Amino acid sequence: MSAATADVATVGHRLALQRRGTVAVLVLVVLLASLRYGDAFYSGINLTSYFDDAVKYSLIALGMTFVIMTGGIDLSVGSVILLAGVAGGLASPYGAVVAVLVGVGTGAAVGAVNGLLIAHSRLEPFVVTLATLLWARGLGLQLADTQTVVYGSGALQSLARDKIFGLTTGFWLMLLLFAIAAVALKYTAWGRTVLAVGDSEESTSLLGVPTRMTKFSVYLLSGALAGLAGVVLGSQTGSVSMDTGVGWELIAVAAVVVGGTLLTGGVGSIGGTLAGLLLLQVIFTIINFENGRGGIEINSYWQNVVRGAFLLVVVLLQTGVGRGRRKAS
Amino acid sequence: MTDLATRPAEVSALRRIDWPTMIRRYGAAAVLALLVIFNIIFTENFLDLRNILFVQLRQAAPTAIVALGMALVIATGGIDLSVGAVVALSGQVTAVFLLDGVPPLVALPIGILVGLAAGLFNGTLVSRFGIQPMIATLVLFTAGRGLAQVVTGGRIQTVNEPIVEFLGLGVIAGLPISVFSLIVITIAIIGVTRFTPAGTKLLAVGGNERAAGLVGIRTKWVKTMAYVVAGGLAGYVGLLELGRIQASDATNAGLNMELDAIAAVAVAGTTLAGGTFSPGRTIIGVLMLRLLQNTLVAHGIPREVAQIAQGLIIVAAIYLLRRSRDAR
Repeated sequence: MSAATADVATVGHRLALQRRGTVAVLVLVVLLASLRYGDAFYSGINLTSYFDDAVKYSLIALGMTFVIMTGGIDLSVGSVILLAGVAGGLASPYGAVVAVLVGVGTGAAVGAVNGLLIAHSRLEPFVVTLATLLWARGLGLQLADTQTVVYGSGALQSLARDKIFGLTTGFWLMLLLFAIAAVALKYTAWGRTVLAVGDSEESTSLLGVPTRMTKFSVYLLSGALAGLAGVVLGSQTGSVSMDTGVGWELIAVAAVVVGGTLLTGGVGSIGGTLAGLLLLQVIFTIINFENGRGGIEINSYWQNVVRGAFLLVVVLLQTGVGRGRRKAS
Repeated sequence: MTDLATRPAEVSALRRIDWPTMIRRYGAAAVLALLVIFNIIFTENFLDLRNILFVQLRQAAPTAIVALGMALVIATGGIDLSVGAVVALSGQVTAVFLLDGVPPLVALPIGILVGLAAGLFNGTLVSRFGIQPMIATLVLFTAGRGLAQVVTGGRIQTVNEPIVEFLGLGVIAGLPISVFSLIVITIAIIGVTRFTPAGTKLLAVGGNERAAGLVGIRTKWVKTMAYVVAGGLAGYVGLLELGRIQASDATNAGLNMELDAIAAVAVAGTTLAGGTFSPGRTIIGVLMLRLLQNTLVAHGIPREVAQIAQGLIIVAAIYLLRRSRDAR
């Protein structure tokens, strides 16, 4: 996919349309659900688990968005969540601050390894992060002795559960990070470089922009955010089990794609990723809700089928974008 | 490991003997040879023919068959994340049919058809709709295992059927069925890719799709066929796995097989960018990674640590391959 700059402008325009579509569908789905279920939809367990799930997935999806914007991929985030969650849990007796630092630091360290191998040694992101998926999970399992790691009851445990204005601190943290990321993408030199590298690494490099540093930084960021997600998860549920994070990287990739970021890089949106993720999550919440009310008989196995079908619909709609690109060229 | 780690220095020092290419071609085989020698010396009963055929090779064969399909897809510049899910789906559909009393002569071909259909679905999304292979196959990666769980209701049920038992325990020409199948499939794939225009077309599409199209190759058809073959092979492996487990198990059948297959292809010296295809080296890659795992576990090293080693050896392998890419 060697897109000329003019094409990218067209694609960007159409992806912007898609993002608006994603947001519109999200609003519509939430409205319909509110009408159908009334207050029950917003009350209690339902909403809490919805937002808790959204936080952990969205943090890795945020990092993934930047990685994908540079034309790369980070398959290791699910394993990093486990590893950092375990490391944070082992550090949790020393206090919340230590646990968070250890978790984020662990994630960042893994991200730095990915970044070095990809940006400096120019290895394929897919294979590098696939290998990291294996060794980081192995390391996490080994560190935890393959037993569920319990987070010590303390400041950290209530941290992600405390509510401010009706929403958990974890959720506010997520919103804050997305806001910072959106501003950074749009208004900082780093953000513009990320998109430029994804558009055409060679020409960006010829302009004298440090492309290696930029690529390194997105993997570092992705690792650090996955590390944070691991600690947040531990803080939400009080423990990190050994099957944590299996396949989550692909949930993140799906959210990024639904949110209108092009997998080949160069075009993307932070808000789109959040909208994509919230939309995917709200659909599963509704499926669960319908099950709970006995309205429909959909067992949990259907969730993956629905997830896949939904992804299919979105990518098929996106081919409209692809057609636009071909016409433009 | 230490052996691999010391090589980059040698590579730059002895570039004139074209070490990079040597490593790319024979690196995996050399590591496999070292592992075999290590096992002959340090692992009891390793050289026993039953161990080699009925433990080591039988374990590796299903992954190797899937990896051959993956190598075809990667040769076109694509990737197929769905093969593990397709293994589950084909096996589970067949299991459910058998449990319902459908004769094996119908149920088994249906399993392979499921795989072919999945491949056609992937191939169509990639070639006709121009969807990126990773996302196109992510659809079935997600939905395929879900469907497999839906058809079995997530239950693990024993399948008592002579033909299933035969697939798992049977012997043809002194070989387990899976090993025999691997040999037949490898010969067939080598035959088609070496001695018919198909191989040239495959590599042409992977090397430069536009140029291939301009010289009159039906690139979309070639790409679709690669996914169809990969799907069909995954479907067949679904039957082998059903035979191995002798029960329906939608959650674990073929789990992570796509990752093992991709790792094997990468270790074998194939870039994911496409344009290269080497069935022999792909199989060596599978055997090497599998034997590494088995060797570590056999010597009392925990599975988690073996997994760390596997990750590191993949990184080491592609790091060495990078140099050969620069040299080309």
